[in-house]
Amino acid sequence: MSSTLPTSQIQAASATVASPQRSDSIAVQTDRLTLVYRDKLAFENISMSIHSRAITALVGPSGCGKTSFISCLNRLSDLIPGARITGSIRVGGEEILGAGLDVIALRRRVGMIFQKPNPFPMSIWKNLEFPLREHGVRDRATLAQTIEGALRDVGLWDEVKDRLQKPAMALSGGQQQRLCIARALALKPEVLLMDEPCSALDPLSSGAVEDRIASLRGKYTIVIITHNLAQARRISDYTAVFWVQEGAGRLIEFGLAATVFGTPQDPLTAAYISGSRG
Amino acid sequence: MNDLNAPDATGHSLRASGCSVRLADRLATVVIWSVALAVTAVFVWIVADIVVHGYKEISWAFLTEEPRKAGRAGGIWPILVSTVLILAVCIVVALPLGVGTAVLLAEFTPIDSLFGRLVRRALDVLAGVPSIVFGLFGNAFFCHVLGMGFSILAGGMTLACMVLPILIRATEEGFRSVPNEYRLGAAALGLSRTSTLFRLLIPAAVPGLVAGLMLGFGRAIAETAALIFTSGYVDRMPESLMDSGRSLSIHIYDLSMNVTGGTRNAYASALVLVVLLLIINSLAFWIAERFLHRRIVVV
Repeated sequence: MSSTLPTSQIQAASATVASPQRSDSIAVQTDRLTLVYRDKLAFENISMSIHSRAITALVGPSGCGKTSFISCLNRLSDLIPGARITGSIRVGGEEILGAGLDVIALRRRVGMIFQKPNPFPMSIWKNLEFPLREHGVRDRATLAQTIEGALRDVGLWDEVKDRLQKPAMALSGGQQQRLCIARALALKPEVLLMDEPCSALDPLSSGAVEDRIASLRGKYTIVIITHNLAQARRISDYTAVFWVQEGAGRLIEFGLAATVFGTPQDPLTAAYISGSRG
Repeated sequence: MNDLNAPDATGHSLRASGCSVRLADRLATVVIWSVALAVTAVFVWIVADIVVHGYKEISWAFLTEEPRKAGRAGGIWPILVSTVLILAVCIVVALPLGVGTAVLLAEFTPIDSLFGRLVRRALDVLAGVPSIVFGLFGNAFFCHVLGMGFSILAGGMTLACMVLPILIRATEEGFRSVPNEYRLGAAALGLSRTSTLFRLLIPAAVPGLVAGLMLGFGRAIAETAALIFTSGYVDRMPESLMDSGRSLSIHIYDLSMNVTGGTRNAYASALVLVVLLLIINSLAFWIAERFLHRRIVVV
């Protein structure tokens, strides 16, 4: 998963925004990424280096292209009719834009968690087993081990180990969301994308999910969209600020979270994090 | 704002409109209840009439014997067998075609595409075509062109054509009511479209499928016109699907229209038909309910 690009080149690629220099390897590198839905520009020229095994938070007002941006990273944008992507995205050094790519393999490497928990209408166990079997894991012992490990990673194992055959829909919202994270983790992704994973939950569940996300730091590369600036400040290593400029989403600031929140370079960022804009 | 400064006028008009609203509410309640009662009453009347006139004739012998004297005496055993066979052919043919088309329409065709619109329009028109037209089509196509003759097979296939539009549209609605989160979630996990369809979407669309199946089934089991020209009205025990067979509905029609003195057995057959329909209906909903219960509801 080590980057093929030396740091100097990465900085050159991110023309508008200087890359922070903390993590030594880059998990995802976008270069002048632009997405157009039919006639509407969703975002343009986003060049960004997402660091391995760190948490990168994407913040910014609604409609500035954050969700569109992360759905390019696992090519979920393919499902939207009329969406056209230009630029480049490298995941683990490999270009993922282009017709020849095995999208199914990519989505195994780049997992995604949605705003609303979306467990399948099956038992808790089947929710994890079904995707694993789909990706060729057949051995019972391996399945059991992987499923238990993933549920432990999200702190759900002790809560559900006696009712693994019960419907996942019977879990609480927070438990459902942690189950969805476990389901993604079971596939051992390189990158985990999260689209406001706490915003549909009550404060207590939200806290539990946030703690789990923070605990995954150092094990997985996480890109998380959040509207909760306090949350971004608490959990992220790197923070990217998106903004709508001239009708299109743009990346206006990206760096170490401490720097973005402490000494923001862009006046819009400063206004946004102080609460006077956005 | 003005009204606040004119309490008298406002108070008065409020009282007046309050009265008329209450009156309108009461009137609406009465009308809605009467209409509902009228509809229920007609249904109860029909069922009661059938039960009152029919139940005396129902016996084990009636269900298991061959008809005698053109149906005036004896039972309905061969007719029951033919009915079940015709329905079985209908379902075996209609179910895969119906689900397949619904999947194509709901999952693989954009809702506003020309193809989708054309197919949907065609199906809606077909759903309203009188059954006699399906009967004539079945007679021309299945009996003559495909050389099936008057047979249970031809009858079942004609019924399948008739039931398909209802089945497809209801199943398509079933698929459309499956939350899009499942599709996105499955895609994000790198699941193939095939397994998403078979493991996730089809099971989730079962309620729509069952509803469509029941509507279609109701139409099929009550059908006479489409069957007279296709499966025929021979009341002997069929020996194969290529034999002609008389369905219950045709038996009732024949007894009440063409056979003097057949009225009592017509009532009894109608009772059997209604009971059969009720049993199949509740069975289907029970299965669907259990199936969903296991997957979704808190246990």
